[in-house]
Amino acid sequence: MKRIVYREWLVQPQRYWGLLAILAAVVAVGGLSALYMEHHGHWVTGMTNSVVWGMPHVFAVFLIIAASGALNVASIGTVFDKKAYKPLGRLSGLLAVALLVGGLLVLVLDLGRPDRLLVAMTTHNFSSIFAWNIFLYTGFAAITIGYLWTMAERKGHRLQKPVGTFAFLWRLALTTGTGSIFGFLVGREAYDTAILGPMFVVMSFAYGLAVYMLVLFYTFDADGRPIGPAMLKRLRSLLGLFVSAILYFTLVYHLTKLYGAKHSDIEAFILINGGFYSAMFWVGWILIGGLLPLGIIYHPELNQRRDWITAACALVIVGGFAAMYVIIIGSQAYPQEMFPGHSVLQFGAPGDVGGRVAPYSPSLPEFLLGIGGVGLALLIPAVGVRVLQFLPESLSDRDIDPHASARPAA
Amino acid sequence: MNHETESTNQGRRDFLSAAMGVSTAAIAPGVILHTPEASAAPRTDPVTDVHRWGLLVDTSKCAEGCSACVDACDRENGLNLQAAPLGDDAMKWQNQRATWIRKVKLQDNLSGQITNLPLMCQHCEHPPCVDVCPTGASFKRADGIVMVDSHTCIGCRYCMMACPYKARSFIHEQVDQKLTRAPRGKGCVESCNLCVHRLDAGDLSTACAEACSAEGHRALVFGDLKDPSGPLRQALAKQRTRQIRQDLGLNTGVRYAGI
Repeated sequence: MKRIVYREWLVQPQRYWGLLAILAAVVAVGGLSALYMEHHGHWVTGMTNSVVWGMPHVFAVFLIIAASGALNVASIGTVFDKKAYKPLGRLSGLLAVALLVGGLLVLVLDLGRPDRLLVAMTTHNFSSIFAWNIFLYTGFAAITIGYLWTMAERKGHRLQKPVGTFAFLWRLALTTGTGSIFGFLVGREAYDTAILGPMFVVMSFAYGLAVYMLVLFYTFDADGRPIGPAMLKRLRSLLGLFVSAILYFTLVYHLTKLYGAKHSDIEAFILINGGFYSAMFWVGWILIGGLLPLGIIYHPELNQRRDWITAACALVIVGGFAAMYVIIIGSQAYPQEMFPGHSVLQFGAPGDVGGRVAPYSPSLPEFLLGIGGVGLALLIPAVGVRVLQFLPESLSDRDIDPHASARPAA
Repeated sequence: MNHETESTNQGRRDFLSAAMGVSTAAIAPGVILHTPEASAAPRTDPVTDVHRWGLLVDTSKCAEGCSACVDACDRENGLNLQAAPLGDDAMKWQNQRATWIRKVKLQDNLSGQITNLPLMCQHCEHPPCVDVCPTGASFKRADGIVMVDSHTCIGCRYCMMACPYKARSFIHEQVDQKLTRAPRGKGCVESCNLCVHRLDAGDLSTACAEACSAEGHRALVFGDLKDPSGPLRQALAKQRTRQIRQDLGLNTGVRYAGI
């Protein structure tokens, strides 16, 4: 392999500043939405005492698990010694930190008392997976920044493998922890299962890689850097593997729940008669996020074309949001079963919800807050790749893998 | 000059002495009378695990259409002071306002039998809301009362996700009116605390149980689960009771007969 040369992103200034202005505006709108919600209280959102986590959590959890997944690309190069992935490492670390910051900001601004963040940082209850996550998230950011330093600084090269390995193990713990936020909840039918931890890990692999590939394609196209067909094949095959793994875990999750008779109602709700939630599951999670991208990735002609692979990545991301919506909102909308063998005829005052599906429709501010987090997660790498050397000059097969030219292109 | 000054000073001394005497006379009885009481105030003593407070709900006595317990709780804890924010949907508000106790009406799917019961925080021995709270704001007192420390609650709502009984409420709106005994603030979570302000003042009762008795139903019995001769244990000994979601093994402080 040739020596990898990294260069700042050399996109035309007009285009760059235009992009920056758009992303900054998105972040500003997200910030204003958070202020609006904080000022009035959460009644301006669609959230209630039944659906207590709404749209901001869908965005936040997606961004946080995508963050750990984005770091995977660097881990493959460092931890598993796949040389072809080494040039991809720096962007991988940068994206991971940016996605995490975006997700965490949404999570924090959706708190009832975001002004008490200091309390959360100083008062811990270690039987809470949330408290552990505070350390897992901040630790992840710190370790990844250290990892980036080992990649960028010659003096740090020898530390790259141990730091990279540590970061990889840390990210596995982080995503398991995020999945366990839901998996450890015994009081709700859809949760209370250990598989949510590993399922979130697998989801993070796919969502993080899909985001990574989109950012890579966009930045490389914008200033005319080449990506070779062998590299493209590597990335799309990896995405195909991860998306297949999501489908496998989804299957096992539902089979496990279906086997126990006591879970048949929640399964019927998610899979058949849940209306919007069933549609989100089948059309969003399975079709858009799973089968369609797999169809593109394993199609002999379409998978040769960059635009189709880009579409597959976008579909995986859309499907990821649908999956988060079903897991987070759908599972809360389904009534908590407290009285087996009984129907709940009345639950508090009319409008108070128990024993029936809780209504939830996200309001604009909570949606915009989530979008603001996405904006920040993209603004950080947009600045990063411009001012520092994150992007390799070329990912052509000749530069990455000298033997590639000897082999026929995929 | 000197004489004048001395006479002036003498006058001031007299005035100060008299003022001190009057002040002492005024304050002393207060100090003597109030100091022992202040040091013996029950709420300054740490709560111990000598008691474990709980409730028994006899569903056969819970009358259909009666909302005495709910109304009493609302008045006792200032929940009736909540006002729907201008512009909020009326039905949505019912699911956003704080509710500490609610009447639930059930129908047995097989027999069609109807059961009425009040549902509130079950004051678990192993409360999931306490386990998941990142800051420890959701806590269990030594006497078994599960409640929220409004000073350290960050409003993450994880306890609401974890509670199997939908017992907790999030304050979705700006609070204009509240009672001193039940402080309430936008962005925090709260739930039934077994009228802890009464217990700490030495009044062994809850508003809901009191109201139920006043109505003549006596479906709610409040008392100490650890006192074998107390009213609660006596009532528990007389009939078979169970816990809601007994399968979770939370050992709730609220027990139900007839479900």
